[in-house]
Amino acid sequence: MSSTSLLDRRSFLRSSAAAGTGLWLGFHLPTSNAQENETAAKQEKKPPNPLNAWIHVSPDNHVTLIVGKSEMGQGIMTALPMILAEELSLDWKSVRIQQAPTNPAIYDLGTGGSGSVAGSYLPLRRAGAAAREMFISAAAEHWNVNRDTCLARDGGILHGARKNFLTYGELADAAAKLPVPDFKTVPLKNPSDFTIVGHDTHRYEVVEKVNGAAKFGIDSRVPGMQYAVIERCPIFGGKLKSFDAANAKAVPGVIDVFPVDPVGSTAFTAGGVAVVADSSWAAMQGRKALQVSWDEGPHASESSGSLRQQFLANAAQPGKVVRNDGDADAAISSATKKVDVVYEFPFAAHATMEPMNCTVHIRADGAEAWVPTQAPQWAQDVIAGVSGLPRDSVVVHTTLMGGGFGRRYMGDFVMEAAQVAKITHKPVMVLWTREDDMQHDFYRPSSYHRLSGAVDANGNLAAWKHFQTSTSIDAMWSPKGKETPENSEFATAIFIPYRTPNYRIEYTVAQSGVPRAWWRSVEHSTSGFVVESFVDELAAAAGADPLAFRLRLIGDDRSIPDFGNPKEGKPLVTSRLKGVLNLVAQKAPWGKPLPKGHAQGIATYYSFESYTACVAEVSVENRAIKVHRLVYAVDCGRPINPNGVAAQVEGAAIYGLSAALYDAITIRGGRVEQSNFNDYAMPRIADTPKTEVYVVPSNEEPTGIGEPGLPVVVPAICNAVFAATGKRLRRFPIRNEDLA
Amino acid sequence: MATTFTLNGKPTTVNVDPQMPLLWVLRDTLDLTGTKFGCGMALCGACTVHINGEAARSCITPVSSVQGKKVTTIEGLSADGSHPVQQAWIAEDVPQCGYCQSGQIMSAVALLAKKPNPSDADIDDAMSGNICRCGTYQRIRKAIHRAAGSTNA
Repeated sequence: MSSTSLLDRRSFLRSSAAAGTGLWLGFHLPTSNAQENETAAKQEKKPPNPLNAWIHVSPDNHVTLIVGKSEMGQGIMTALPMILAEELSLDWKSVRIQQAPTNPAIYDLGTGGSGSVAGSYLPLRRAGAAAREMFISAAAEHWNVNRDTCLARDGGILHGARKNFLTYGELADAAAKLPVPDFKTVPLKNPSDFTIVGHDTHRYEVVEKVNGAAKFGIDSRVPGMQYAVIERCPIFGGKLKSFDAANAKAVPGVIDVFPVDPVGSTAFTAGGVAVVADSSWAAMQGRKALQVSWDEGPHASESSGSLRQQFLANAAQPGKVVRNDGDADAAISSATKKVDVVYEFPFAAHATMEPMNCTVHIRADGAEAWVPTQAPQWAQDVIAGVSGLPRDSVVVHTTLMGGGFGRRYMGDFVMEAAQVAKITHKPVMVLWTREDDMQHDFYRPSSYHRLSGAVDANGNLAAWKHFQTSTSIDAMWSPKGKETPENSEFATAIFIPYRTPNYRIEYTVAQSGVPRAWWRSVEHSTSGFVVESFVDELAAAAGADPLAFRLRLIGDDRSIPDFGNPKEGKPLVTSRLKGVLNLVAQKAPWGKPLPKGHAQGIATYYSFESYTACVAEVSVENRAIKVHRLVYAVDCGRPINPNGVAAQVEGAAIYGLSAALYDAITIRGGRVEQSNFNDYAMPRIADTPKTEVYVVPSNEEPTGIGEPGLPVVVPAICNAVFAATGKRLRRFPIRNEDLA
Repeated sequence: MATTFTLNGKPTTVNVDPQMPLLWVLRDTLDLTGTKFGCGMALCGACTVHINGEAARSCITPVSSVQGKKVTTIEGLSADGSHPVQQAWIAEDVPQCGYCQSGQIMSAVALLAKKPNPSDADIDDAMSGNICRCGTYQRIRKAIHRAAGSTNA
């Protein structure tokens, strides 16, 4: 199987570049055709009949709405059907929701880049509205009345004059036979009439998530299934040299032991030795009894230390110039108030609570799989490719996911399960232990940033220079030397909202054997910190209040184009950014009297087309940071489920906290040093600050919210630490000595 | 080798390796998948069950050690999700991905059995062994107070 059959590189790069700016929703995984053909086909393709694709109504009037994205905790299984239910005027409490099948002709199932609501809002409104109009036409025909006298109400059609009412169930057969209205002209509900969208709604699947009934991938149970674990080479890029399975096969319950080949670009699996057994436990015991030797490969000498040396060497030379307005170097050299600092970030693991797993059954006539995946269509392609079966005969059940955060967009865990299932001919779950998950993740890249800047005598930003070197994500997917990671590695750092005539961006890619991928908020997780810490440092240099300094530098209302992705990225609208800054300042409130030792810090950022601002209140005692309170203001356009928006921001704050206070994946001998939650620590309930989220009421199109809460939290906390102690935190995770 | 215990009120006998952790007996032998695998080392609390009413990490509990004891899993907490702690979890919309919540709820129920009106410090203490990667901790705290009928949130 060629690597390009899994994932068209150009489409990936385009999507990946866009990921930094939040336009990841078009993450297509074409099987073989060129992207251009696919796009053309898509434009020509008519929208499917909504009463087949999105809305199923049984004769006894049970309405089932189909959700075409994956639920990983972000609430999409609630938010997307809410949009359909709104246009259909359904009784939300009676609605049932079902996961879409893997049918690329209808559903664009890739779930990432905080793009599900933004990308689905209008299409689902149109689908719901088209279905509603079809029900109205069916009812009008039935009653032989003018359709203008019929209205959708509470899951049926009402004919006002006669007080006649027909349920959607009664109308379904007739409605489904009618022509589908043109999606471009179908009348949409007036948002001022919304009774579902914009209203706090309980998570649809909340009951099954508190009574143990929810089925995650790892809970897949198929008659006759077997369980497998894989001993992988701990050194990235290493390969299996030899193994002795005798002791493993002697473990009660172990059924078979065999090698699994590594699969290079796109799947990026390590390969190794699979142990198949009649229970997870027996498979793990068998694996412990294996004797394996490895060919350590080309990366065996890589370490976090060697990577840092590479960063330092790169930083000693000019990088590739990615943006250059004015003359930053000259402006800095002639300035009196200047700052020149370095920020460093380690690799970070996703550490989803549900470890990777995938259950596959490959038969002679078809395959079936149960996959906790953000990319079910890719899973389908992978299994079709490995099995040699036609794609249509591969059924992929997208299960609930115990966290995704970008990790489950990868196809490695599917590839391995397909490889094992091809040999066993029985349904088999390949289960990852926590150690497997921690040591064979695709990590948030490690990066090194040098920031130089200056403020003039009037308190204006005279210059901003940003050099970055990093182990980029793009470089994973490109032949060496042809990658263009600078297109995405800076995210919003390449079009900051702070006005300056002298603005220079440079980049140098760093080489590493450590796999990388999208970690919650991707490049924004580091760019958000770099920009919002550095502007705070400049405010201090200018002797200005951090909030006033930001507002002054943002200045007039204007749109700032996305420099890295001008065609697809939406511009940053400064009035909305100032809006969240002013709201958070009012709610905190900024500058309020605080207990002794406490201080506030602020940060604001634009990502995934949404605007966030955060004020943190912290104190530092015994060289430890205590975060007392976080206040957020977020503008993500029209919120679909405000309660869900708040939950995402609350959660993103904790995810961000983890990367600041605890998480670091370090490398030694070409392998990850951490293995479980004892050495890769997580925030616990006692670390949780009181978090308040204020959602800006908005009539703008909805934008992403799964990730935008993250980039502001760490700079807000660290800026507060500076306000409390005078110490700047510039490397992560924060060490005790940095607070001394 | 046979191990007999009471599981969610019913006498249960399993013939498995006595060293097999209770977690895998529940999940793979008995198909009770509500109890989750998170770390295998009692570090994350996803596998929390009650053994004779005490919260315990089933991932490091050999099944032989529950011989003759009463084991309660999330499935045994109530037939229909009506336990006050489950109801509080629903009211506060605690779960996001939901994977850790079986363990969180079992830890919270054990806490409330001992301290019907826990303080924030009691909650921090009792819940410190349960990781939530989605970061639902603030809502967990609120839900425990709600279940307790407490107002000292």
